[in-house]
Amino acid sequence: MTATMDTTLRVLVWLVEGTWQGCIDAAKPLLTQDAQITLLHVAPTEVEEAAAGALAGLLGRGRPGPGRHPAERISVLSAQEAAELLAAAEARLGRHAHRQAAGGRVERVVVQAAQGADLLVAARDGDRSRLGPASLGPATRFVVDHAPCPVLLVWPDQAPGVESIPPPPPHPPHPGPPARPPP
Amino acid sequence: MSRASFRELLGYWDERRRSQARDRLAGVPNALAETIALLLLAATLAFAVIRPRGLPEAVAAVPAALLMVALGILPVHAALDELGALGPTLGFLAAVLVLAELCEREGLFAAAGQRMASASRGRPVALLGLVFVVGAAVTAVLSLDATVVLLTPVVFATALRLRLRPKPHVYACTHLANSASLLLPVSNLTNLLAFRASSLSFARFATTMTLPWLAAIAVEWLVLRRFFAPDLVGRGEVVTQPKAGGAPRYAVAVLTLTLVGFGLASLVHLDPAVVAAAGALALAVPALRGRRARLADLGRAVGLGFLAFVAALGVVVRGVSDAGLGRLVDRLLPAGSSLWSLLAVAAVAAVLANLVNNLPAILLLLPAAAAAGPGSVLACLVGVNIGPNLTYVGSLATLLWRRVLRERDAEPAVAEFLQLGGLTVPAGLLAATAALWLMLRVLP
Repeated sequence: MTATMDTTLRVLVWLVEGTWQGCIDAAKPLLTQDAQITLLHVAPTEVEEAAAGALAGLLGRGRPGPGRHPAERISVLSAQEAAELLAAAEARLGRHAHRQAAGGRVERVVVQAAQGADLLVAARDGDRSRLGPASLGPATRFVVDHAPCPVLLVWPDQAPGVESIPPPPPHPPHPGPPARPPP
Repeated sequence: MSRASFRELLGYWDERRRSQARDRLAGVPNALAETIALLLLAATLAFAVIRPRGLPEAVAAVPAALLMVALGILPVHAALDELGALGPTLGFLAAVLVLAELCEREGLFAAAGQRMASASRGRPVALLGLVFVVGAAVTAVLSLDATVVLLTPVVFATALRLRLRPKPHVYACTHLANSASLLLPVSNLTNLLAFRASSLSFARFATTMTLPWLAAIAVEWLVLRRFFAPDLVGRGEVVTQPKAGGAPRYAVAVLTLTLVGFGLASLVHLDPAVVAAAGALALAVPALRGRRARLADLGRAVGLGFLAFVAALGVVVRGVSDAGLGRLVDRLLPAGSSLWSLLAVAAVAAVLANLVNNLPAILLLLPAAAAAGPGSVLACLVGVNIGPNLTYVGSLATLLWRRVLRERDAEPAVAEFLQLGGLTVPAGLLAATAALWLMLRVLP
């Protein structure tokens, strides 16, 4: 992107329950006045499918009456909650943002939505008590791997200090080549 | 007409039917009868899984049962015998379904959601623990139907209210609906059927199944806690307990008394179905008076179509069993009460439940299991109750049908479900069966 073209920074902030505040707080100081912000929430469709599947497993029970199908109730609640979460996020951000509520396979939807963005802000999830390969959840891992733009990965709470680096192993696994005498 | 002459008439009619059937099926009567019986069962189950145009399952099951008798595959007296044996079980089932529905109307599930929300204080692992406690209790006391239909949406709403990711909690509900349904005869229709066939008392059933129930729940906890570790992160909102709208005390009291009544009834040899009916009545009368429910609502909760389906399925499976498959099941099902035979019984039951569904599976297995003793019956229950978690829809047949319906979009999600089932089911079967074996040895 050159200076003569559109210089607006387009930022996509991916919000997930439990960690969304961290994303907003991290994005807030970085944003220039004219940045275009999209707040994205993706409801995983598996949840609805799990509820519908459990009902299908009850052979012979017929179909619950109107408004009583668990998957339908979940779908309605899910839409309401997504809207509320996005509204709360916009309020926390303290400025206008485009709100986008989507549904589907979360990581795929996020990568698709990041098409054309200049920055994607996402929170780390995964098991943060043991830092290592599993400290990034599968969805975040997928997004980090496939995102078509730079990703700002945010600690949802306190970032660990440098003391979280484990001590080096006591002995090197392979002894290096013998040191050459200086010429 | 006197009872004796009625019997005679029945006997005569039966004999005539059978001789007619012999004439019709002359040549290869057994093989043909067996094939037709299996076809009728397959048609009944296929209809129940596919449910063309949303028609009730009984629409195919009742004609199939009638055909089974009309073709002479199942003698009239055997069909009546089967219906007579199922009758009290269906009554029991109806009472439990009404009880769960009325508890919902009294606000029990909403109150449970409130409590879970405030007690978890926004911590996802704490919420999962509470969902396990409530899910296991609701499944055990009010049956798996209550967990799937009534509790799951409440748990979802609770997670959303706390702004926590709902997936682990909803999956926990769907898994516990199956694996936490081992404890009481009322927890699952399969248990009710087995309870009748096993000659165990209500209290005996419950004490024997306590440890297997706990073992199955423990396995679910260990697996789900690890499997969903990436989603059990962050901190949700803290919700305080609102002053108004606490737990519906009357409903809780009736439920508690009903549970105590189940235990006492087995001491005085009173049918526990009567206790369940009394509990349902105790909730129904004030609800009807206070116009919180109409008679039509209770009628819908009873689910006459469902009861008709179960009765007809019982007759169809009896026909299949008598036509020859019963002997095969006899041979397949290991007898004895050693740990290995119990494990084998549970495994056979789990496989059968996964091929079709656990309802026809338990009906098919029960005659052979009951002959082998209560240990085998309970091992069958471990298999048919935990087994369905392998496929999240209860059976391969249903899974395949759902995949036909929506080929593309559900596929990756299905992989996740199957992975979770593959982790919990074998371990759950093993742990619960070992616990059952222990209880059978320890209890006098």
